[in-house]
Amino acid sequence: MPADIFLATRNPEITLRQKFWQLNWGMVLLLTVIAGVGFAMLYSAANGSMTPWASRQIMRFGIGLVLMLTVALIDIRFWFRYAYLIYFGSFALLGAVEVMGDIGMGAQRWIDVGFVRLQPSEMMKVALILALARYFHGLSSEDVGRLSYLLLPIGMAMAPAALVLKQPDLGTAGMLLLAAGAVFFCAGVRWWKFALVIVAGLAAVPIGWQFLHDYQKARVMTFLNPENDPLGAGYHSLQAMIAFGSGAVTGKGFMQGTQSHLNFLPEKQTDFIFTMLAEEFGLVGSLGLLGLYFLVLAYGFAIAFRARNQFGRLLALGLTTNLFLYVFINMAMVMGMFPVVGVPLPMVSYGGTVMLTIMAAMGLVMSSYVHRDVRISRRGTAEV
Amino acid sequence: MLQKNEDNERQRSFSRRGLLLGGGQALLLSGLAARMYYLQVIEADRYKTLAEDNRINLRLLPPPRGRILDRFGLPLASNRQNFRVVLVREHAGDVDLVLNALSQLITIDEHDYKRVMREVSRKRSFVPVTVRENLTWDEVSRVEVNGPELPGVTIEMGQIRDYPFADSMAHVLGYVASVAERDLTGDPLLELPGFRIGKNGIEQKYDLPLRGSAGTSQIEVNAYGRVIRELNREEGKPGDELVLTLDGGLQTFVHQRLQGEVSASAVVMDIENGDVLALASVPSYDPNAFNIGLTVKQWNDLINDSLHPLTNKAIAGLYAPGSTFKMVVAMAAMKAGISPDHRVFCPGHLTLGRSRFHCWKRQGHGWVDMHDAIQHSCDVFFYDTSRKVGIDNIAAMANQFGLGDKVGIDLNGEKAGVIPTRDWKLANIGEPWQGGETLIASIGQGFVLTTPLQLATMVARIASGKQVTPRLTRGVRADGDGDDGVGAPQPVFGPLDVPLEHLRVVREGMDAVSNNPRGTAYRARISEEGFELAGKTGTAQVRRISMAERAAGVTKNEQLPWRRRDHALFVCFAPVHKPRYCCSVIVDHGGGGSAVAAPIARDILLETQRRDPAGRRSLPIVATSQIAENS
Repeated sequence: MPADIFLATRNPEITLRQKFWQLNWGMVLLLTVIAGVGFAMLYSAANGSMTPWASRQIMRFGIGLVLMLTVALIDIRFWFRYAYLIYFGSFALLGAVEVMGDIGMGAQRWIDVGFVRLQPSEMMKVALILALARYFHGLSSEDVGRLSYLLLPIGMAMAPAALVLKQPDLGTAGMLLLAAGAVFFCAGVRWWKFALVIVAGLAAVPIGWQFLHDYQKARVMTFLNPENDPLGAGYHSLQAMIAFGSGAVTGKGFMQGTQSHLNFLPEKQTDFIFTMLAEEFGLVGSLGLLGLYFLVLAYGFAIAFRARNQFGRLLALGLTTNLFLYVFINMAMVMGMFPVVGVPLPMVSYGGTVMLTIMAAMGLVMSSYVHRDVRISRRGTAEV
Repeated sequence: MLQKNEDNERQRSFSRRGLLLGGGQALLLSGLAARMYYLQVIEADRYKTLAEDNRINLRLLPPPRGRILDRFGLPLASNRQNFRVVLVREHAGDVDLVLNALSQLITIDEHDYKRVMREVSRKRSFVPVTVRENLTWDEVSRVEVNGPELPGVTIEMGQIRDYPFADSMAHVLGYVASVAERDLTGDPLLELPGFRIGKNGIEQKYDLPLRGSAGTSQIEVNAYGRVIRELNREEGKPGDELVLTLDGGLQTFVHQRLQGEVSASAVVMDIENGDVLALASVPSYDPNAFNIGLTVKQWNDLINDSLHPLTNKAIAGLYAPGSTFKMVVAMAAMKAGISPDHRVFCPGHLTLGRSRFHCWKRQGHGWVDMHDAIQHSCDVFFYDTSRKVGIDNIAAMANQFGLGDKVGIDLNGEKAGVIPTRDWKLANIGEPWQGGETLIASIGQGFVLTTPLQLATMVARIASGKQVTPRLTRGVRADGDGDDGVGAPQPVFGPLDVPLEHLRVVREGMDAVSNNPRGTAYRARISEEGFELAGKTGTAQVRRISMAERAAGVTKNEQLPWRRRDHALFVCFAPVHKPRYCCSVIVDHGGGGSAVAAPIARDILLETQRRDPAGRRSLPIVATSQIAENS
């Protein structure tokens, strides 16, 4: 009964109207406030103008809001059923980037589909977690303990990570693996296996270094010692930190950031937008935004704990962790705690795909809340 | 049921691990918060400073250079507007096209064109590049009118040093020119493009007070260095206005009077306070040319000119004083106990050992006393007297009158001259003093070398009896319009160690030189009542006079090539009975002092007395001690 699952209105237990009221409006509000901060910063980045960034970002947020609510209202069993399909679809798109992707920012990341430049790697992050959640949903505790059952999900995570790494996009590849790792961990994979992977990973670092592009190596070296080369590779890092620190406690005031408005700040509307916020609103602003993200993440975790099916739990937790990775890596990066890897600040940085995928992901999280009491069999059929 | 248990177990496992994961994430987020605290609270000041450094550039505003005024406030060096054409690449678009259009209106030579193209390609697109300086009004208006066809071209105004009297003041004022590598002292002002510093004369000596101090303009720049706006402006302190002792009008007169000669110099002084009223040296040069920038050829012409126009001969020209030295010898003799009434017979020569020393008058002067000897400039009298006095006593007296050492004028390049002694010869030549050399020295020849300024000082001291020291600078112009010399006391000079009677003998001798019909300079006297001068002629042989040459007799001057002809000298003071001004004139290779130098000196002293600069109210100044010299 695919129609049943899709519309879910005919589901006798819960009507669409009930679902609507079940939505996490607090979460929606938090995300809207965060997006609002983004609009304000984009307005400031354009020296007090809605064009070229703020107005388009607001439009995207509108689309994203509809997308998020739609995703949230769709029955979670629909997402369960099509999880693998979405995964393969995204994987195919990711492969397509290799063939027909545009060259942008030194890395192939986009497919131009006309109205928006698709970043399959962003979609892949959601798709991978969907697929893994579904896979682990079907495993019993004992199964999870067996190595043979782990080979498939490891392959599911490694394959897209390898493709993304080839683009090359170190940040996204790392995020894919870390988010996948979180799902593995919460699904109950044994501790010692993680220890093994970590040891193996550390051992592989020197080997992996050989495969890095020169600019990637430079970024890592710059991160390790940014003031070594203040006008060269370290320039962006250093200027970002100057912008950040000079904001002090209360900031220089809205649209008064000297570093950002005099163009000392790189990519101020995308990856480094948080620096601009910190410069103009100081510690109050930066801690404030961090607090908002913290609330969203806490919400996500709460939803994961409330879900009564393993799929919903893993889905909510995996996607929340994905959001956490965005926030943490971006903030750590602009504050000079992490190499510059090109991870945007979700909901705030200018950019369509990231905003849409993040909102879709949060839609899925909400869906697992709305449908928290739905029981899903191991094979995927609904149980009452 | 089985599955339910199984699911509960999964949920418990999930909750455990989920909490662990959430806790880990919360921990990492607190790490971010700590980092924010570190950057924005603990290190905030450091980053604030860095951000300010980033955005604020300090620009120096060059202060207007202080003017140089004569004693009455006449500007001798001032600043005038300098119009220059500048080009901004980003507005110009096609630089080549615009330069071509511009060259239709003003002349742009090949050299300038290449320089502009080079600078335009090197500098950032918004940095103005100077195309040409010193535009005339005509050129300015032509460029302005054609503005629409010259995108990116603007006229800028700056200041350039201007010397209205051009070459007649050059040796006193000096000139300003671009800063050379070796002039850099770390003062950022010196590194400003187009900044000029004093390179000679007063401009050099008082460069620091004239320079003033720079103002600053704080400007906000963006990451590419483009100026966004001016945040703060602090005007600098303009340079001090320096008031000289010169009388600009008299200086011009003196310079013009000397121009009739190939090469000459003159100094006019106030004998009371040592004020140098005029100090000239010809040929001269136009100091304005140095500001605009000399071409290589112009520079080579100047330094290779055999008449050395760049040298200030009044302070750096060394001349044998000739007979003008005789007053010193006379006073040394009186001090040594020889009575002024002591008479010597002049047969036209004096024999010492096997050498015969000629008087300038072959037939001799007969019996002469000291007064007559000065009046007639009798060489034999001084030969005879000097033999008794000795060179060291003569030298001691000469030193008292400012000879043999720098008088300490506030100009660089002053020469000390030479007043020989026995020790001096031994130390510098390595040979013992010979008796005949005393005779040669007694008529201001041989080793004796003086500058025109020293001779003027000597006369000032003879006329005043005081240790007069010349000065060129009165001080810095006072802001108010107070009385003459407010806060700037006239210099007070101590008396010389010479009895008044001795000075009187010499002065009367000099009076007779000019005013006794049989005096050597009677024809160059001042006949206007009350303006009469007292003087002394001098004719200095250029060739180092060996005793042998002197013994062979004087060769007629006119037979010699110009370069080997005698220098003509005249020193004098006036009015004769109430001395106030003195003057020394040296005409290089001019011939006889009485025929060539005396008429010039007479004209100068007459003009000086007519103008009477000491009697007129001069510009109020503040104390000279406040001027920092720059040596």
